[in-house]
Amino acid sequence: MRTPWLERVWTGLLWGLMTLFVVNIGLMIASVATNSFARRWLGTWLPEGYTTNWYTAAWREFQLGDVLWVTIEVVFAVVFLALLVGVPAAYTLARRNFVGKRLLMLLFLLPLMVPPITYGIPMATVLYKVQLAGTIWGVILANLIPAAPFVILVMTPFIEQIDPNLESAARVFGANTGRMFLHILVPLLAPGILAASLLVLVRTIALFELTFLTAGSDSQTLVVALYYAVFAAGVRAPQSVDAMAMVYMAVTLVWLLIALRFVNPTQLVSRVKEHPQGAM
Amino acid sequence: MLLLFIYPFIYGLALSFTPPKGDWLANYRTFFTSDHLWPTIWTTLKLALPATIVNVGVALPIAYKMRIKSSYQRWITTILVVPITLGTVLIAEGMLTYFGPKGWLAQFLQYFHFYDGSIRLTHNYWGVLISLVISGFPFAFLLILSYITGIDPVLARAASTLGADPFAQFRHIYLPLLAPGLAMCFCLAFVQAFSVFPSAVLLGAPAGPTRVISIAAYEAAFEQYDYSLASAIAMIMGFVQLLIVAAVLGLRGFFYRGPVSGGKG
Amino acid sequence: MKHDFSELRLDRVTRRFAGAGGHAFAALSELTITIRRGEFVALLGPSGCGKSTALNCIAGLLPLSGGTIQLDELRIDTLPPEKRGFGMVFQNYALFPHMTVRRNIAFGLRMQGVPGSQIASRVKHALKLVQLTGQEHKLPGQLSGGQQQRVAIARAIVIEPPLVLMDEPLSNLDAKLRIETRAEIRRIHRELGRATIYVTHDQDEALSLADRIVVMKDGVVQQIATPHEVYAQPANLHVANFMGYRNVVELDIVREEGTRVELSGPDMRLVGTRKQMGPGTRAVVAMRPEEITLGEGPDGRNTIVARVDNVEYAGRDSLVDVITSSGTRLHVRATSSPALGDEVRVHVSPERVLVYPVA
Ligand SMILES: Nc1ncnc2c1ncn2[C@@H]1O[C@H](COP(=O)(O)OP(=O)(O)OP(=O)(O)O)[C@@H](O)[C@H]1O
Ligand SMILES: [Mg+2]
Repeated sequence: MRTPWLERVWTGLLWGLMTLFVVNIGLMIASVATNSFARRWLGTWLPEGYTTNWYTAAWREFQLGDVLWVTIEVVFAVVFLALLVGVPAAYTLARRNFVGKRLLMLLFLLPLMVPPITYGIPMATVLYKVQLAGTIWGVILANLIPAAPFVILVMTPFIEQIDPNLESAARVFGANTGRMFLHILVPLLAPGILAASLLVLVRTIALFELTFLTAGSDSQTLVVALYYAVFAAGVRAPQSVDAMAMVYMAVTLVWLLIALRFVNPTQLVSRVKEHPQGAM
Repeated sequence: MLLLFIYPFIYGLALSFTPPKGDWLANYRTFFTSDHLWPTIWTTLKLALPATIVNVGVALPIAYKMRIKSSYQRWITTILVVPITLGTVLIAEGMLTYFGPKGWLAQFLQYFHFYDGSIRLTHNYWGVLISLVISGFPFAFLLILSYITGIDPVLARAASTLGADPFAQFRHIYLPLLAPGLAMCFCLAFVQAFSVFPSAVLLGAPAGPTRVISIAAYEAAFEQYDYSLASAIAMIMGFVQLLIVAAVLGLRGFFYRGPVSGGKG
Repeated sequence: MKHDFSELRLDRVTRRFAGAGGHAFAALSELTITIRRGEFVALLGPSGCGKSTALNCIAGLLPLSGGTIQLDELRIDTLPPEKRGFGMVFQNYALFPHMTVRRNIAFGLRMQGVPGSQIASRVKHALKLVQLTGQEHKLPGQLSGGQQQRVAIARAIVIEPPLVLMDEPLSNLDAKLRIETRAEIRRIHRELGRATIYVTHDQDEALSLADRIVVMKDGVVQQIATPHEVYAQPANLHVANFMGYRNVVELDIVREEGTRVELSGPDMRLVGTRKQMGPGTRAVVAMRPEEITLGEGPDGRNTIVARVDNVEYAGRDSLVDVITSSGTRLHVRATSSPALGDEVRVHVSPERVLVYPVA
């Protein structure tokens, strides 16, 4: 049996670890923010002066206007297409029983289990062959691969919650499948669809590898542009890179905060957990 | 949709067996005989395994502490979500600024004389490891938390009326019921860490100690334009991963699997 | 941890929760009762009245907001549950799903550090007691509801706790199994000779099992008495309502002599028995349908004239609703079935007309 004394030390240790983690991340973000406003900052606690010039510099140097526009195009296209594919697929998987359903389920899960690089490289190769690589369509297609299964995973529990009798009732009153989908299911699934699209959105903004492997110079998203900026750090002032990092962070955080209003944080890490167990 | 995933995969597999010169196994032979290719497996494992063990090992007790619903539980989970969405690239940039030799951390440590030598936490093994912990820990934490909150707390209460103190409740009730979930979490966290790429380039020493396997694959594809070799490396990467995942999931077979509530039904 | 005791004393045990709008409400207020060794006490009351709260407070699963709990001389309300050593049977059993029946039952003994050889024999004995011998290697998921229930009981009693707490253990069983298991719980209680506190919202269960019943409403104890007393002499109108006194009529008091009260209304004059004192010139009478009979009373006293409004056949007898000329509806259990619309007389003995103050 453990004494209360040990118990308290243990609790303190855990809280200490958590605080250390959170404080360091907070400071990390803060130092990026400070640097992005710094006139000159070399080995002192705080910079010598402040300026917002780096933001305008970054905007010009990295063509952030274009990059942001590409990012928006890609992200919204991915969200839209992933929903278009994912919602009906999730509905079919949740409602119908057919041979090979489990296998199909497992195949859908694979892109979430296998890291992006592993299939990103063959994927990029194929895209080069059909000359889609480097175009915005290639980037969208590549990002769809993990996004669509993710929609399926998020939507399945929402669909399972809906009483099948409701659908039968709609059919009795003469609605065909398409109209039933539009008039009955879509309104009922609205919260789920909202959750799925916000989560896909946040994940697609942050997903680096696939875009990196398939993007060309005029189809870069923000993450990839940031990567190149950091990679070529010697060439440009670190402040301007940090300014860009702040822009990127602002973009993700805005969406993240919106997402957190509607969804439980645990959904962000996907619900992969329940399904493989059921599928085995 | 499935085709979109399956076709490149099959294509990559086929491509890896059809090198521009040599017989069908030439790529794999190159990989395992070349001194700058096959050690990347160990390099990657040396980063991915400790990172995963730290992440899961630390996340477990913290998630266990947080299992009780309270006003701060939601706040803490929210705060911990943020690093997930920052993404690896931003974390790398932040670490370069903050953990760098002139960053706040180094200044702080030297100011208080906790450590007086020169502090190098970037552009080496430790930089990559720390970045893997920063991006992987929240993920492990959230996943384990969702498993733990799925376990009916009445079971622990029942155990306590039978004389189990909090530690025994954890050991006899939570741990066995969590085991399959932990295995799953370990796999997912490992897969994430194993495919480390941006932080290994930006924060590590991509020519030496953090030349991970994904860097090797990338170089083959986009610097030497040898897509065939790159596909082979990608396949090997997937295979090593599956091996570890299969081993962990195989272990899981020893544990109880089934409902985690104590009621009937 | 003690294995024997002579008295468990609860003194003004109170538990408050933060309610709607942030203000605290008492889910259990000032429960005071002394339970002796060997006694079977039932906590009875409608859903949400604080029964589970009371049980959890005794088990140590909820900290008290006020009051004390003593086991003989030992104050236990500050001990964590694992130090109190009471056995508890949970409403949904809470069996450990990853352990076999045997390991479930042995869990408490293992936690106490009982040596292995002793564990085996005590588990075997417990299995015999709940008639589950032969099932010990199954997982809880492979058992029927009734069997799971008995495992839960065995797990609680094998540690030979001074006190067994049961929270609606029969609520998930079907009617037949419920009656069977009820008898078994009583038998096990007798064999162990220790105290049991049993939570239920089913009055039949409480009446058939308990030596004493605690009737609760909104966290407040209404009556603590033997089953017979609670059934026949409810302390107040709430208890009467809960115990099946379905006829409640408000009347004027005409005369009052000791506990004997004469009352009158527009179309009835009744003599009743005072159960609870109260102010005012009006009072409420409560009568059980079973205790109202069709026909005239002796010398025509306590007789009410009414018209038959509804007859429900109920097997052995019928449930007859009658309405008096001023519109008061009375429920009567009758062995004969009068025709709808007939004018009938019903009567009830003065001892069975219970008089309470107007709520
Ligand atoms: N954790 C809690 N927080 C706030 N209020 C609670 C909590 N637990 C119980 N309550 C409230 O306390 C009151 C009594 O609850 P309790 O569970 O004791 O009822 P009960 O008599 O066991 O009912 P039932 O027969 O339905 O199980 C209820 O109004 C309930 O809403
Ligand atoms: Mg209850």
